[in-house]
Amino acid sequence: MNQENRMTRRAALVKLGIFFNSVLGVFLAVPIVRYVLSPVTRERKFGYESWLSLGQLEQFPAGQTRLATYRNPVVNAWDGETDDIACWVRNVDDRNFQVFAINCAHLGCPVRWFPQSSLFMCPCHGGAYYQDGSRASGPPERGLFQYHYKLEDGQLFIKAGEMPTPGRAAKQTGGAATCA
Amino acid sequence: MRLIQKVGEWLDLRLQLGAPVRETAEHPVPRETASWFYVFGSAALTVFILQLLTGILLALIYVPSAGDAWTSLQTLNHSVALGWFIRALHGWGSNFMLAIVLVHMVQVFLFGAYKFPRELTWIVGVFLLLVTLGMAFTGQVLRFDQDAYWGLGIGASIASRVPIVGPWVVNLMLGGPIIAGATLSRFFALHVFVVPGLLIAFVGIHLLMVLKLGVNEWPMPGRVVRRATYLQEYRELTHEQGVPFVPNAVWKDILFSGFVVLAITICAVYFGPFGPGGRPDPTIIQTAPRPDFFFLWLYALLSFLPPAAETPILLIGPAIGIMVLVALPFVAGEGEKSWKRRPIAVLTILLVAVSLGTMTHLGEHTPWSPVMDAWSSEPIPSEYVHGRTALERQGALVFQAKQCHNCHSLDDRGGKRGPALDHVALTLTEDQLIRQVIQGGGNMPAYGKNLSPAETTALVAFLKTLHPAAQSPARDASRAIALRESETTRP
Repeated sequence: MNQENRMTRRAALVKLGIFFNSVLGVFLAVPIVRYVLSPVTRERKFGYESWLSLGQLEQFPAGQTRLATYRNPVVNAWDGETDDIACWVRNVDDRNFQVFAINCAHLGCPVRWFPQSSLFMCPCHGGAYYQDGSRASGPPERGLFQYHYKLEDGQLFIKAGEMPTPGRAAKQTGGAATCA
Repeated sequence: MRLIQKVGEWLDLRLQLGAPVRETAEHPVPRETASWFYVFGSAALTVFILQLLTGILLALIYVPSAGDAWTSLQTLNHSVALGWFIRALHGWGSNFMLAIVLVHMVQVFLFGAYKFPRELTWIVGVFLLLVTLGMAFTGQVLRFDQDAYWGLGIGASIASRVPIVGPWVVNLMLGGPIIAGATLSRFFALHVFVVPGLLIAFVGIHLLMVLKLGVNEWPMPGRVVRRATYLQEYRELTHEQGVPFVPNAVWKDILFSGFVVLAITICAVYFGPFGPGGRPDPTIIQTAPRPDFFFLWLYALLSFLPPAAETPILLIGPAIGIMVLVALPFVAGEGEKSWKRRPIAVLTILLVAVSLGTMTHLGEHTPWSPVMDAWSSEPIPSEYVHGRTALERQGALVFQAKQCHNCHSLDDRGGKRGPALDHVALTLTEDQLIRQVIQGGGNMPAYGKNLSPAETTALVAFLKTLHPAAQSPARDASRAIALRESETTRP
């Protein structure tokens, strides 16, 4: 009787110990999960995108498509060259512009502009786009991603900061931003 | 000698490992399994140990920072004594490890080793294949060059297609909004801590089960696995006719592992390290990113999937593949083990091997990609312009200037994206050529907005000359009549 009681007390202490550790585990799990998810929560709270200048309008002659680069607005000191992002600027008629992401709408490879045939071509899986960014051929399901832009003080501004991907573009449906 | 024995005894009294190690080494295995077919698992383990060792050595120099990783790889290649050799060993070790794991898997499958009671050994093996592939992919990212950068872009683009949470998955994968410092840091953590940790754990479980359940006996046609009787039969095979693992079987394992390490060393010395390629500068867009050898088949597959089916196939396909592999021992847990009595198993292996081989071959040649510089670097062969009219030669100029050559080959030179045009005039009439050029279609862009009528006329005139001398070009029999009629009815 006596011995059984002692055993029960020990079993209870083991259970108490397990319970204590479980509570502690949950208590620690919350900050760990929040830490791991910080890239997501930050995007949802503040967003990564902001308006930034691609430079003076004179750099982009009417009727032409030129390569432009910008520095990503969200950076870390150890990013090196990876913060410099390229994009294609098409000056339609000095009033209307199109700013295309460098990333192919298929799987993100860098598309190249060929003024001779007025096509964007992708080196990875052979996607091709017309000069207005619409899909011409190949595996892409849609046209090139476009940035929102505005003209201010003789400069071309775009809203950028996040790598355009097929899933994200589907989420953002802003006015003239995405082409078919 | 006596001293060594005394030290040994002193240690064993405390460690008490002597008896279990001896027992493990001398455990009986079926006589026929002392075979050259049974050496791949141990060879994979040997290469993994080589990878651990060379990986630690590389980590002494490598800097997992997006700004410095590429430079530190150059330092390893050029400034650190034999740094290039350690990199080459690690790179070639990676290729050999994947190859040996695959061969091991094929052998296990064909020998029916996944059947009762080794189902869990097989499932852990499937996880081992996955984490090995994970090591290969994350390792390719650590070689932080252009291929790694744009390869991450491909990974992010695939991840973004997950319904609803896709963009968050991308943020998680990249550690932020773009491919940058945080991305490399987390792939470093994966490659150096997380995935190797899983790998070591799975290898431990895998090996433990091989020892506990015994190595698969040599499959004999007609010797059928039944849950009720198998354990007893296997006991007879090992304890009555078996041989001790050491030394009867182990010498082949040791020799083969030695040969593999030798082969890796020879490849490392002869071919040297992999890359790094161009600087990971995203503003340098003159690049054609390509994955490492073992992912080339996937790269090829991605260009052949029809656009509408791509997302579901990309997201569901791997899950189905893994489920099939995991389900295999439960569906076929009993029955014949011998590949001589399992034609579907053999055909499956052949089909998978031929498919992967074909895809990899295509991935090496990328016929679906335009040859970006063909229009300026591949002249039209002289016999295609010799003796042609001025208009036809002008058309040849349009062909080059409008970059038709990037996608269409002449005399097997130029792009392979579209059909070769050497004999195009045999299959398309003049009107069909005009329509195809102006409207595109069949995966060809439309050039209507981009060609003047004069250019189109010249180009089609040139295309009409593309047929063998002995065969006349395709023509629309009614065209002449229709044109003559319109001519005669004209007032």
